[in-house]
Amino acid sequence: MLDRIASLGRLGLDIVASLGRSGRFLAGVLSGVPRPVTGFPLLVKQIYAVGVLSLAIVVVSGLFIGMVLGLQGYTILSDYGSEAAIGQMIALTLVRELGPVVTALLFAGRAGSALTAEIGLMKATEQLSSMEMMGVDPLRRVIAPRLWAGFIAMPILALIFSVVGIWGGMLVGVEWLGVFEGSFWGNMQSSVDFVDDVMNGFIKSVVFGFVCAWIAVFQGYDCVPTSAGISSATTKTVVYSSLAVLGLDFVLTAVMFGDF
Amino acid sequence: MGSTAYISLKDVVFSRSGRRIFDGITLDIPRGKITAIMGPSGTGKTTLLRLIGGQLRPDSGSVRVDGHEVPRLKRKALYALREKMGMLFQSGALFTDLSVFENVAFPLRVHTKLPEDMIHDIVLMKLEAVGLRGARHLMPSELSGGMTRRVALARSIALDPELIMYDEPFAGQDPIAMGVLVKLIRDLNSSMGLTSVLVSHDVPESLSICHYACIIADGKVIGEGTPEELKAHPSDQVQQFLQGQPDGPVPFHYPADDAGKDFGLGGGA
Repeated sequence: MLDRIASLGRLGLDIVASLGRSGRFLAGVLSGVPRPVTGFPLLVKQIYAVGVLSLAIVVVSGLFIGMVLGLQGYTILSDYGSEAAIGQMIALTLVRELGPVVTALLFAGRAGSALTAEIGLMKATEQLSSMEMMGVDPLRRVIAPRLWAGFIAMPILALIFSVVGIWGGMLVGVEWLGVFEGSFWGNMQSSVDFVDDVMNGFIKSVVFGFVCAWIAVFQGYDCVPTSAGISSATTKTVVYSSLAVLGLDFVLTAVMFGDF
Repeated sequence: MGSTAYISLKDVVFSRSGRRIFDGITLDIPRGKITAIMGPSGTGKTTLLRLIGGQLRPDSGSVRVDGHEVPRLKRKALYALREKMGMLFQSGALFTDLSVFENVAFPLRVHTKLPEDMIHDIVLMKLEAVGLRGARHLMPSELSGGMTRRVALARSIALDPELIMYDEPFAGQDPIAMGVLVKLIRDLNSSMGLTSVLVSHDVPESLSICHYACIIADGKVIGEGTPEELKAHPSDQVQQFLQGQPDGPVPFHYPADDAGKDFGLGGGA
């Protein structure tokens, strides 16, 4: 019994220590003023790596999710004879919820795990240490561009996801199932509010992007520099990011849409 | 040699994960000379280099490099001091996403504002010094272990440092590569007037090039002096280490059972 209490206490201490380390790490990364001349090319390279290279999975997923929404929406709404509202349903679902959340989950799996593995391997092969010994701070040179790139790329990916998803829903609803195109777009236009829906979804994706990128670079930087350590850090990145995204989504939704 | 010491460690105590690695170590490393620090694997030789480079802080004691108390330096001063240090890591630690040329150019690009043609010339000179001017277009994955270390050496001398630290430069090298590294370390030291610290457990190679050597075991210095003085050292422990190595089944690695027992390491590491 005492052992269990002790191990529970140890677990608690480990979690607090890890949170503290990640907080100090974040402060260290953000405190450095980036030098535009050297920093900008590094940032562009990372935006390409985490953003542009994630486009394929985001676009394909967005298309299919939009198409599925179209099918499901039509099936349900046509029971009530209100299939014309399908455009509004697809747009609100994507812009408010699925766009930010699914993109963040895909982003954690595609880009976050790659960031963790890359940084972990750089640590294991002493590249980070050698950088330190050359008088170059790896937090600024390696970590900061990757963190900012994730932060910048994620909201853009979420917007692209929503746009492609709406287009996919239109393909199914209008082109295939024959919903009148005017009411598809018209209903969407009259019910989707820029500030309440689009901006709130955008804010969600900004928060998710920041959290996913933070978790990914911290897990890489903090990993045990062995192959087992890197694999466990990569797993943790995906698991923690997914849980954080889903948990934060509930909190943000409650704050944004919860005033009944 | 107090006045000419470039690096001076005094009563350094360092523990990691509850295990005491250095138990009051005191050591002077003379300026402009090659100093070998030897000892069985896992005695904390690499840790010693990290203490000198300020990557680790001692629990107590003083680590002075060129008059600076390293553990007390602020971040900016520490990074400035590191620009005067070169370190050759055991793995080479080349940046795998950059070519050989860009690896050597890296410290120049970060720390200087030299024009591109001058960086080009300096990089080629450094690569020429290690005999790899022709390999400048290769990627690190295309290099052999010995070549990797030579490129890393070229990179660590790119900024013409005052101090260069070699972490196990001979480990895992074939005889030719080892001969090349021995020659390079000796030549660089004499031609650039460097202070060299060589951490190794390869006794014959280290003693053949160093001016001064010390042996660490059990968190303490168990013997120090010139190679001749060490060879005549009265301590059994020192003699066991110096002579025990070539008799082991793996000549350039951790001593065999009998040496381990005689050191009383009980588990080593």
